[in-house]
Amino acid sequence: MAMLRNKFRKAGMARYLVTLGLLALAASFGYGQAKNSCVDCHSALPDPLGVTQETFSHDIHAQKGLTCVSCHGGDASTDDPTQSMSRKAGWKGKIDRRQIPELCGSCHSNPTYMRQYDPGLRTDQLAEYHTSVHGKRLVAGDPKVAVCTDCHGVHDLKAPNDLQSKVYPLNIANTCARCHADAQYMKGYSIPTDQFALYGKSMHHEALTVRADLSAPTCTTCHGNHGAAPPGVDKVQSVCSTCHIFQAQMYVKSSHKAAFDAASLSGCVVCHGNHDIEHPTDAKLSTGQGAVCMQCHKLGDFCDRARAHMLSQITRLDEAIKDADNALAVAESAGMEVSEARLGQNEARDSLTKARVAIHSFKPEVVDQYVQAGLQVANKDMKAGQQAIVQRNRRQMGLGLSLIAIAMVLVGLWLYIRKIER
Amino acid sequence: MTVVRNVRNWFYERLEWDDLIAPLRKKTVPLHRLSYWYFLGGITLFLFVIQVLTGILLLLYYRPGANEAFESVQYIMTQVQFGWLIRSIHSWSANLMVFTAFAHMFSVLFLKAYRKPRELTWISGVILLVLVMGFGFSGYLLPWNTLAFFATKVGTDIAGQVPFVGHAIMVFLRGGEEVTGATLTRFFGFHVAVLPGLVTVLITFHLLLVQRQGMSVPPHVEKDWNANPTTRRELKFFPNFALRELMAWYTGLGVLGALAAVFPWNLGVKADLFASAPAGIKPEWYFLFMFQTLKMIPSKVWFMDGEVLGILAFGVAGVLWLLLPFLECDRLARSKQWITGMSVFALAYVVAMSVYGYVAK
Amino acid sequence: MATSDPSAINPGAPTATSIPRRGFVELLLSSGIIATAAAFVYPVLRYFVPPKTTDVGGDSVVAGKVGELKPNSGKIFRFGSRPGLLILTADGEYRALSAVCTHLSCTVQFRPDLREVWCACHNGVYGLDGRNILGPPPRPLESFDVQVRGNEIYVTRRRES
Repeated sequence: MAMLRNKFRKAGMARYLVTLGLLALAASFGYGQAKNSCVDCHSALPDPLGVTQETFSHDIHAQKGLTCVSCHGGDASTDDPTQSMSRKAGWKGKIDRRQIPELCGSCHSNPTYMRQYDPGLRTDQLAEYHTSVHGKRLVAGDPKVAVCTDCHGVHDLKAPNDLQSKVYPLNIANTCARCHADAQYMKGYSIPTDQFALYGKSMHHEALTVRADLSAPTCTTCHGNHGAAPPGVDKVQSVCSTCHIFQAQMYVKSSHKAAFDAASLSGCVVCHGNHDIEHPTDAKLSTGQGAVCMQCHKLGDFCDRARAHMLSQITRLDEAIKDADNALAVAESAGMEVSEARLGQNEARDSLTKARVAIHSFKPEVVDQYVQAGLQVANKDMKAGQQAIVQRNRRQMGLGLSLIAIAMVLVGLWLYIRKIER
Repeated sequence: MTVVRNVRNWFYERLEWDDLIAPLRKKTVPLHRLSYWYFLGGITLFLFVIQVLTGILLLLYYRPGANEAFESVQYIMTQVQFGWLIRSIHSWSANLMVFTAFAHMFSVLFLKAYRKPRELTWISGVILLVLVMGFGFSGYLLPWNTLAFFATKVGTDIAGQVPFVGHAIMVFLRGGEEVTGATLTRFFGFHVAVLPGLVTVLITFHLLLVQRQGMSVPPHVEKDWNANPTTRRELKFFPNFALRELMAWYTGLGVLGALAAVFPWNLGVKADLFASAPAGIKPEWYFLFMFQTLKMIPSKVWFMDGEVLGILAFGVAGVLWLLLPFLECDRLARSKQWITGMSVFALAYVVAMSVYGYVAK
Repeated sequence: MATSDPSAINPGAPTATSIPRRGFVELLLSSGIIATAAAFVYPVLRYFVPPKTTDVGGDSVVAGKVGELKPNSGKIFRFGSRPGLLILTADGEYRALSAVCTHLSCTVQFRPDLREVWCACHNGVYGLDGRNILGPPPRPLESFDVQVRGNEIYVTRRRES
């Protein structure tokens, strides 16, 4: 018995060593700890079925230790395809689109399971998805709508804060546009396909891409991501107000709120549009090109007079600031030091911004209050610029007088030299 | 007027300056068609005096230190009455002084005034010019603006390229490995104490030599005079030449005032130690010919680093320049021609490179 | 040193021989010299007069006076070329921050109701230590050192180490 046990032990030892060697070999090929026979074949297959170890190694799931089997089932430990891809082994094959959300949700909606990987990650994506237009349509049997993998990718799925992730803030609009800007694909749905083109013209897009301000809104900022849906008509200002809080506060208290609600007009969008929000100019308040008030109001009525007043006040401040800038530029080009007033100009510009924001109260007296504050500063700066020019003229006057005195001495010296050398 | 005379007599009884003034009364200045060049040294001296006076005035309000230097100059320019005038004159006068010092040196070179027995005058003069450029370099940093900060960085970097001792020189200049507030304090010390002391001693020596040896007469004028002694003419130094010099000074004063009032020296933007260098950093114009040369030398010449080679070349040229009086052999006419040729080349090179450096991006 | 000694060459006091015949030239010369002397001396004398504000500015500034702020309130002060925000917390502690929002350079303000620093432009929120907590701001606000000396509150930029 003892001998037998010894023999067994020997054999066990040998097997252990062989396994160790194989594991080391496998590890040196980059195959992870366990055997994965899937990629042996699939890395050689053409595209729809081809997944290389290299591709999969970039996938966040692979990095967390998940394998093909985690989603597709089957047995990766055998090289025999009939066994590894047998239904008996739990093999699911290609996951049907309609199954994808539930499959992802089987882990991602399980707080206990997710906690071991990322305790901070939310687990309500699937629930949100079911509330989205995508999710509802999927349930209703429309396979064309977006499922998890359409936005997040598959087999090389990256964390959202990875620059290459399809849902990294800079990439989101392109990801959505893959379907939503494709008129052919979107045929049969009653929604336009020009949102992406319009968004490309917006200042939000500019802020995001040109200024690389990752906080600037992209599609999901207003529509949501997993629960993507158009914001309700009456909810637009709530969405905008997450950033534009002053404007929203003023608008909510203004007479327009009730009027727009009654007419089922969607708040901010009425004047600013939605996808193609451009940097607003004062022309919006005018009656000419780009004017928005005249869509509803009539020339000469009470509201029009308020509009004209606000426009004239803001234009006045704008011009006062420009005039002061010019005066300071003239002073600077004359070599005068006006940095103090230059600083003040920032304050005046701040007031102008506040006055423009105050338009959303639609109360001329609120706008006036900021305009007056700005005007005061701008006029002071203007005066400083003019003062500098006066000062410069005075300097040149002083210079002129000293030059006359110097010339007197020079002439005197010359005459004196002539006199003593005669 | 009797009051003036009484006061004058009171002092005279106690000081009796007759024998002090006597050499001045005897002193004469040779008069020929090139006599105008004799004014340049005096004008440079005058500008130096202006620098000392305005510099002392600026010291009343200037505060060295990275935290306050820029603000204090801004304060002088905006808050202090006539502060703009004092600072602008100081800046303009500094530049004019460098210019007149250069012009003075080249006039001495072309009039051959450096020959025996005036070797020491030449050497002290060349050292003075270097010190004046040191004044310019150190003073340029004091307002602590961006341009000055980076110009100093580049300038001290170049000094750091000198083989063997370069790094030590750089650390000595910067007061550390980098240009920081410590550099500013150091440059302030150089600018208001070390350099003025050295320059005052050397100017005294320089002027003493000029007084002892009198004005040099250019060789060809001397030859004409020897051939035809009746054409030899002289001007009494006092009062005739001195009054003319005074005219030059007054003219200089007028020019300075006009420049200061019409083109006040601007202040720039406060230096930010962490900002990236603005494009096209250039040193002050009087360093441009060296700067541009170093820029144009290829980075590798034969087996040597191009910049090091350039620095060594300037070092050798500087030493030769200093020892110029000893290179001219009295007997050989050819050596004189050689030196004239070299002087013309040097002037043309400095002017051309400065202009090129100014225009080049 | 003769050339630098103005008294030795002062033509305004001509030598004794020329004194009896003082003509037009002397008059022109002496009045010119007096005029230029005045033109030099006057600016210098004015230069000596200390300006009204003796504060040069720089990296330390008086942001306010003790007692000026109620607890749980803030005020904007000028710090060099930019605005700063001085806060007296509810606990009676002074804090000073740059008031320039790191998002789009709007001027931030203290919100007594939030007990935090808030930027009105895009609803950014910073903590009392300048940390960016909510909204678009990409970086914290620069925070400054505060010292109370006598009756005055000094704010100093932190030295780069």
